[in-house]
Amino acid sequence: MSLQEYKDIFHNGVWKQNTGVVQLLGMCPILAVSSSVVNGVSLGLATAVVMALSGAAIAPIRTFVPNEIRIPVFILIIAVLVTVVQYLMNAYMYGLYVVLGIFIPLIVTNCIVLARIEAFASKNPAAQSAWDGLSMGLGLTAVLAVLGGMREIIGHGTLLSGIDLALGDGAKNWVLHVVPNYHGFLLAILPPGAFIGLGCLIAGKNWLNLRAERKRNSTATVAPIEAGCTPASH
Amino acid sequence: MKRIARSTLQTAINLVFFAAIGTAVLSSTFFLTHDEIVKSEQAEKLKLITQIVPPELFDNDVIQDTLTIADDPLLGNNGNTVAYRARLKGEPSAVVVEAIAPDGYSGKINLILAVRANGELAGVRVVSHKETPGLGDYIELPKSPWIKGFDGKSREVYKDEDWKVKKDGGQFDYVAGATITPRAVVKAVNKALQYFAANRDKLFVVNALKSNSKSQSR
Repeated sequence: MSLQEYKDIFHNGVWKQNTGVVQLLGMCPILAVSSSVVNGVSLGLATAVVMALSGAAIAPIRTFVPNEIRIPVFILIIAVLVTVVQYLMNAYMYGLYVVLGIFIPLIVTNCIVLARIEAFASKNPAAQSAWDGLSMGLGLTAVLAVLGGMREIIGHGTLLSGIDLALGDGAKNWVLHVVPNYHGFLLAILPPGAFIGLGCLIAGKNWLNLRAERKRNSTATVAPIEAGCTPASH
Repeated sequence: MKRIARSTLQTAINLVFFAAIGTAVLSSTFFLTHDEIVKSEQAEKLKLITQIVPPELFDNDVIQDTLTIADDPLLGNNGNTVAYRARLKGEPSAVVVEAIAPDGYSGKINLILAVRANGELAGVRVVSHKETPGLGDYIELPKSPWIKGFDGKSREVYKDEDWKVKKDGGQFDYVAGATITPRAVVKAVNKALQYFAANRDKLFVVNALKSNSKSQSR
């Protein structure tokens, strides 16, 4: 197992196969909890922890589980891990637990988790599988953080509101009022804002990909071609 | 035939094995975190209660001093709910109950009210609601001080016709464009006060420590 392999898995999870903007799996939590940075990052991290743990738990037993019952066994393990995470959050991060509510148990039904187990952990050793789960989860967290930040700034004019729910009352004055005396822009907070924001992110990612590709081509050809591809305005 | 039966049995045993491990992990986590969960839930409740019951009004452990209330149309609750009693030197000084306003703009609005022994409202808070964000959500304290307009009000000060929003000829403020929400809240608070008036004896019994010890042993 080389360092390069881990690097590839990480790059694959966070950028190339990003669950949020490339695979478009797990849309339900992405759209529902991305109304603020803190909510988005918290659920993203909870998902990442579950994915890493389930990768580590399932990879070692992959040879013992009969093929016919592998899906029920995988789901069972994922459900147990999610419930453990839920208990821990309920006990030690109560405020956040209340805010995230139904979306914590819904991690079980998040397609990303089972998809990575099926596609990766059931074919690879434990260390790589855990790393793959974590990378995929972090990719999702990054999308949730950016989308949550966009919606929060445009919708409320603040950043990091509710951080005291995650880190205790001491963090209360970490909240940034990016735009003072802002009256709010409701559209960004409501569900349509999530769709519009996610669309912008996907467009942005595609634009970056295209630009990188063109750069590669332009080093090969003499005259670079300027196609009419403009970045999404946001 | 025998082979099929054997492989089926093997699969079943396999599944049961994983289910047993899962159950063991879950139950141990449950027992490890249970106390902490109860503690944080009570801390959260106490935080809410101290918001509406001034600290000089009680010296008891409010969370433990509970009273079970059967459902009543005046409270709008379904099934039993729990009321908390604030006492000062053993004398009940205020009672905290939950009430539901069923007719919000988008569904039920859950309220928690504290009423002093003299029938005066110590405070009201919205616990949860589904009103339009940015429009009907001014009933939440972080968004607007509107809900504090109930402090100190009673059915002595305001008669039935006053327990309405100003648009309907009552005494309570509202925001133009979002009248359904405050209308529902005002109506529910008024009804809850009627419940208090009717059940005052039951709620403020001095010698109610029996129900208290019962709930503690739970």
